[in-house]
Amino acid sequence: MTGLITMDDLTNEEILSILDDAERLLPVARGEMYLPLLQGRIMGNLFFEPSTRTRMSFETAMKRLGGGVVNLGDVKTSSVVKGETLFDTIQMVDGYTDIIAMRHPRQGAAQYAQDAARVPILNGGDGAGNHPTQTMLDLFTIRQAHGRLDGLKVVLAGDLRYGRTVHSLSHALTRFGCELIFASPALLRMPAEIVSDLREHGSNVVETEDLYASINDADVIYMTRIQKERFADEDEYARCAGAYKLHAKHLGDVKEDMIIMHPLPRVDEIHPSVDVTRHARYFEQAFNGVVARMALLCRLLGVPVPEDVASAGGVL
Amino acid sequence: MSNEQSMRRVTAIRNGTVIDHVPSGQALRVLEMLGIAGETSVPVSLVMNVPSKKLGSKDIIKVEDRELTQGELDRLALVAPDAHVAIIRAYVVAEKLSINLGDEVINVVRCTFSNCITTNAREPQPHRLRVVSRDPLHLRCHYCGRPQDLDELVKNAL
Repeated sequence: MTGLITMDDLTNEEILSILDDAERLLPVARGEMYLPLLQGRIMGNLFFEPSTRTRMSFETAMKRLGGGVVNLGDVKTSSVVKGETLFDTIQMVDGYTDIIAMRHPRQGAAQYAQDAARVPILNGGDGAGNHPTQTMLDLFTIRQAHGRLDGLKVVLAGDLRYGRTVHSLSHALTRFGCELIFASPALLRMPAEIVSDLREHGSNVVETEDLYASINDADVIYMTRIQKERFADEDEYARCAGAYKLHAKHLGDVKEDMIIMHPLPRVDEIHPSVDVTRHARYFEQAFNGVVARMALLCRLLGVPVPEDVASAGGVL
Repeated sequence: MSNEQSMRRVTAIRNGTVIDHVPSGQALRVLEMLGIAGETSVPVSLVMNVPSKKLGSKDIIKVEDRELTQGELDRLALVAPDAHVAIIRAYVVAEKLSINLGDEVINVVRCTFSNCITTNAREPQPHRLRVVSRDPLHLRCHYCGRPQDLDELVKNAL
């Protein structure tokens, strides 16, 4: 394994083993103990487009493990604005760091960077393409709640067309035999080539425009933001967005252990009344970004996570 | 009608290239992929939908005073992978060229997806398409993973 560009870079066994590592690293991620597994290592944080959670959680993950971080900083003030190619930027950062976390607006940029680099690349999102580290934290959150990944019924709702998060996640869930329901406005349906890929891999995908009809027997509801700018007509946006607003009053007949997830930021698609229900998991999910990325950093840098983290770690 | 009769629908060429066993109806696409369509100073003859023992029916292209290069053969592999290519010199077949479609097509065509990293012409790494299946031909970009539309791909020859 060199870097993590798409979920295809990991076997199911590797995914489960990285999630096990993440589980053991939880006290370190929470700051309850110090375990400098990556002391002396440096991560390059290359974010060519805005990011809050992904960038910060990568940085937190590296620092919690005792590693250092160098940032590209604002693209507007970096050499990118002078017309530097991605190839040249990677050549430079490759020489400064041991691993690179990267987000780029162009699809395929992460693979392109991996081909140019000596160090592993962690894809933090490339255009509408892949976002595998988000998928790993999503899988971690699902397994934390249900104790397993296989055979769950997962509703993915909202903007399924442009949301790279749901693209990577649906591929991964298919590999674990989950049943997928795609609930979205017609304009924002999951791209046909992805649906066809999933079906070829044996997934029994159901597509619907009716979110509420699918939630009562779901194990997971994964909401995403419907973006206003995707609609030419404001009335059409208002009509669609209104159909994907989850409120506590919709949750009366759902399964007791059903969880609601969201990659955040949310706008109106999850009403604050949901936050206090037992189903809300989106803030834990955001926290899990740190622990999942800690486990990935260790794996890609070839540093084993001790079986007994409690004895290996020290007091802060 | 015999194969020989099919070939004689157009006159024999003195020097140049004959592309035979092009899938029926694909000759214009082949010319476009080779960049021979439109403005070209060399004489080009083509016959379409003639009977063929092997294919049922086929197209044949004759390009005078031009011998296909390896780069052009690589492009031909994407639209007519089973075509036969013969170089003609002084009315006789001087050389038979083989078309090889490997597992990857490198620096032959550009990915058709408008937001692929390779659309930046200044990026120096090679254009790479993976051959996912041969019959029917399915290609995906090595970088962005997008499936390639062959009709669009013809316009993206390098």
